Amino acid sequence: MNRLLVILLVCVALPASAQDARKSGFAFMGPDTQAMQTDDLANPGMLSVLEGEALWNAKAGTSQKSCAACHGDAPQSMKGVATRYPAFDDTTQAPLDLAGRILQCRTERQGALAFQREGRELLALTSYVGHQSRNMTIAPSQDTRLAAARAQGAALYSTRVGQLNFSCAQCHDDNAGGHLGAAPIPQAHPTGYPLYRLEWQSLGSLQRRFRNCLSGMRAEPIPAGSADAIALELFLMDRAAGMKLETPAVRP
Amino acid sequence: MWRALGLVAGLVSLAAQAQTLAPYRIEKGAIATSLTGVKGDPAKGRAIVVERQKGLCLLCHSGPFPEERFQGDLAPNLAGTGSRLSEGEIRLRMVDSTKVNEKTIMPPYYRNEGLERVAANYKAKTLLNAQEIEDVIAFLVSLKDDTQK
Ligand code: HEC
Ligand code: HEC
Repeated sequence: MNRLLVILLVCVALPASAQDARKSGFAFMGPDTQAMQTDDLANPGMLSVLEGEALWNAKAGTSQKSCAACHGDAPQSMKGVATRYPAFDDTTQAPLDLAGRILQCRTERQGALAFQREGRELLALTSYVGHQSRNMTIAPSQDTRLAAARAQGAALYSTRVGQLNFSCAQCHDDNAGGHLGAAPIPQAHPTGYPLYRLEWQSLGSLQRRFRNCLSGMRAEPIPAGSADAIALELFLMDRAAGMKLETPAVRP
Repeated sequence: MWRALGLVAGLVSLAAQAQTLAPYRIEKGAIATSLTGVKGDPAKGRAIVVERQKGLCLLCHSGPFPEERFQGDLAPNLAGTGSRLSEGEIRLRMVDSTKVNEKTIMPPYYRNEGLERVAANYKAKTLLNAQEIEDVIAFLVSLKDDTQK
């Protein structure tokens, strides 16, 4: 009986693991950079998480309320939230990314001045909220109203653009694991954002990463917070469903 | 001039504001004639190939460039190119590799149309100009050592 069970389990487990060749960008890094990410005391992204925690608890705007005043303790109320973003926003009837949701709370519910999209405060708050889902698996929203945007993201991912005529898929599906000059090409899973990039010497968003790749391709940038950027993020999160979040990750 | 242009088959059509490309003809998987009529300079060609912001070749290719660190590994080693391919075959691959392999990742170095979402400062410009293409070809033709095949 036990033996049968073991055989059954192996049969079920084998195809699944053999199939999942997906790897986080973490797996493409050297041991030093990996150690920097996993040690909270060495991870420079943790400074932003701490700053985000302070902002979470600070009163702001005409409401003079903090995020905590409405949402309580982030480790409880924000746990798992980042795993299912971007989400469909009923007010605007459009997909919204996590940073966009935080901005919306800030301006409309706190009544405070908007943070800059890629600015330090919004990145800090987003990393604090994202951090509450660390080690949880990506579980994209099943809202059917997201389907069109997700398809738009898939199209963006596989369309050749720029003077160099590359698509994202050519590097991140066809040539992942290879080297572009010195840089190992990862599979482009959005597992760690916002993350600290050594080359940037700062925390940055997924959408900043898009701009980096696009400028390498000599293509028009996709503005942060735009419908295209959110569509691409939706597609990538879906592609990474079931993988673990690492926020705040460290990348070279 | 216009008559001569009209006579060349398979001409690259010219967008209104696009940089004017030298006409060329693709025949039997090759572009036999020089884009400029001026012999390429292999030394200049080598410099373009190793120049990261210009040729970009070493992002994907490796080759006989012992002084260059961090050569890519996404494409065939360039050593021995001149033994494997004729000058005209190399010219076609430089001008527009998608004419050889539709799915290639190699950028089209002498094409300025049919490209989507090109950044403003590169719009309607080719990656290299016609003489630079000829210089690179002259260099690649000279890579006869076939040990890397
Ligand atoms: C010519 C190759 C190439 C193309 C085309 C390309 N990328 Fe990248 N991408 C890279 C490389 C190389 C890195 C790793 C950079 C580093 O860590 O130094 C990267 C990193 C990434 C990452 C970060 C993954 C992580 O672990 O954090 C994401 C996400 C990404 N790319 C998405 C995209 C998208 C979306 C597109 C298209 C709009 C695209 N890339 C096009 C080469 C490319
Ligand atoms: C982004 C990747 C990339 C870049 C940049 C690139 N190539 Fe290529 N190249 C390839 C690939 C891949 C092939 C293999 C054939 C194919 O897939 O089309 C190739 C094929 C070739 C070939 C034919 C090789 C053979 O033996 O058949 C030559 C010659 C060549 N490239 C020269 C160059 C030169 C010179 C440059 C720069 C001026 C350059 N390439 C830039 C990817 C690239």
